[in-house]
Amino acid sequence: MTQRQHPAVRGVKKLYLALIIVFLYAPIAVMIVQSFNQSRSRARWGGFTLEWYQSLLENEEILRALGNTLSIAALSALFSTLIGLIACLAIVHMTKRARTVLLGIANIPMLNAEIVTGISLMLLFLTLGIRMGYGTILLSHITFCIPYVILSIMPRFQQLNASNYEAALDLGASPPYAFFKVVLPDLMPGIVSGLLMAFTMSIDDFIITHFTKGAGIDTLSTKIYTEVKKGIKPEMYALSTLIFGAVLLLLMLVNRPGKKEKAPSR
Amino acid sequence: MNKELISLEHISKYFDGQMVLDDLNLTIHENEFVTLLGPSGCGKTTTLRIIGGFESPDEGRVIFDGQDITALSPNKRQLNTVFQKYALFTHMDIAENIAFGLKISGKSKNYIQDKIRYALKLVNLEGYEHRMPDSLSGGQQQRIAIARAIVNEPKVLLLDEPLGALDLKLRQDMQYELIRLKNELGITFLYVTHDQEEALTMSDTIVVMNQGYIQQTGSPEKIYNEPENAFVADFIGESNIIDAVMVRDELVQILGAKFACVDRGFGENKPVDAVIRPEDVELTDPSASSLSGEVTHVIFKGVHYEMEVMAGGFEWLVHSTKMFPVGTKVGVAVDPFNIQIMNKPASEDEEAAGIND
Repeated sequence: MTQRQHPAVRGVKKLYLALIIVFLYAPIAVMIVQSFNQSRSRARWGGFTLEWYQSLLENEEILRALGNTLSIAALSALFSTLIGLIACLAIVHMTKRARTVLLGIANIPMLNAEIVTGISLMLLFLTLGIRMGYGTILLSHITFCIPYVILSIMPRFQQLNASNYEAALDLGASPPYAFFKVVLPDLMPGIVSGLLMAFTMSIDDFIITHFTKGAGIDTLSTKIYTEVKKGIKPEMYALSTLIFGAVLLLLMLVNRPGKKEKAPSR
Repeated sequence: MNKELISLEHISKYFDGQMVLDDLNLTIHENEFVTLLGPSGCGKTTTLRIIGGFESPDEGRVIFDGQDITALSPNKRQLNTVFQKYALFTHMDIAENIAFGLKISGKSKNYIQDKIRYALKLVNLEGYEHRMPDSLSGGQQQRIAIARAIVNEPKVLLLDEPLGALDLKLRQDMQYELIRLKNELGITFLYVTHDQEEALTMSDTIVVMNQGYIQQTGSPEKIYNEPENAFVADFIGESNIIDAVMVRDELVQILGAKFACVDRGFGENKPVDAVIRPEDVELTDPSASSLSGEVTHVIFKGVHYEMEVMAGGFEWLVHSTKMFPVGTKVGVAVDPFNIQIMNKPASEDEEAAGIND
């Protein structure tokens, strides 16, 4: 298929690709390198050290923020996936027109500026007189994750062979048994990727958390923000490196190759 | 005739106010191969789904083995369905697919094992227990779907255009397979198709449907040779449907020429439709027939030649193994028992409803 090309042309192509990768990843590479730099000065390499990682792990405030981040991510992933799955169940049984309208509405929050979502959620909580804290962060995260879950489960629903459910009933299965034994396994890849996506989005979020967290509680992202305002410490490089690694790992899980079916088209 | 097994009584069904079935009555007997035949949208699949329990009729009752099952959910009905798109469970292997119904009804492990082996043998796919459905061809998947249905020993097997997605050769092979299966199992098959050849090959009884009405019920020979109306004549095979006048019993005037026929009881000088199959038209010497014309088209079809003959102002479709070149002057002759006389429908609605006078 590919025509034979002049070595110079191929060289230029490779250089171009390399440049793009450098531009994309150089900042992160610098941060990762700095997290192992013994010198507090960013300009000088003082030798390799794990000191910053160690002091990070001894910092209780950061560990608490990490705990909050992980538990909020896990809970919001769980609830948003459940709610999203049920929503999809309802949406597929709607008329085509109602389905299009509803999916459109579900897509808006994803395109909406996060700061608008954050402020409007904060306003809502204030208006309702809800004390802001762990609960409001969790609620907000569930809210903004639902559209992403719907986005990853819906294509699975549309690929379902409607006869499969009927075939299960026909063979004597009760409706719940047919759903859990036959329909759910077919949806599983979508559900898993929705779950991981929601988890990642929740870990990743700063803006919405910032507006809905209230005082006295922090997640990793808001903690880093506060720390950096006080002055940049190398511990923060270490922390950011860890978060980057975790998100990278999750993304690789979500998009892992070798899945039997093709990933749902976005 | 065997015992009555399924009886549909005055079934009507509407989708969004659109009539799909209107006062449908149908009786299916034990050990019968019944085919619902008709163009898409004629209500044949809806009829099948009502019997399977996937749709409920707006009016009427479904009687199964003497019991009213109209309101019974599909998982409680003693019948199984083979779906058009196979509907195999892709995350289970073949053995698990076949065992699905048996596990639900709480059969023992040994019984299930025996049944899986028996069913795979029956559909000629021995040794496929641990293959995944995706790794099988369409024809094989369909046979697994059949195996999965019959292990539950249903009294009736419902088949919804099961061969629709297969290629021609495979479809023909599967037709013989299905006839063999039906004879080995000794159960009732209710088959839905729009393919008239499939219906003629396999069925004991064909039910021709159009626009929610049953047009004609009968054996394949009867449906083919004695269509009751123009729709049936036209849908089952090709035919020449010609305006004619019934002069008196056993004599019909077609395009000005008089033909002897075997039909009686239509009255005298009554306008009717005459149906003549293309293979029943004999081309003769012009002098030997009262109706003569000229060959206008010839196409070689393999088994026969398909010719068009302009005679008496009507373009006759003729199938013959003997070729007459274009331009040949020929006479048109038909054996009396090959002319089928039908009443003319007064309107299109009446035609759909199959009401004659």
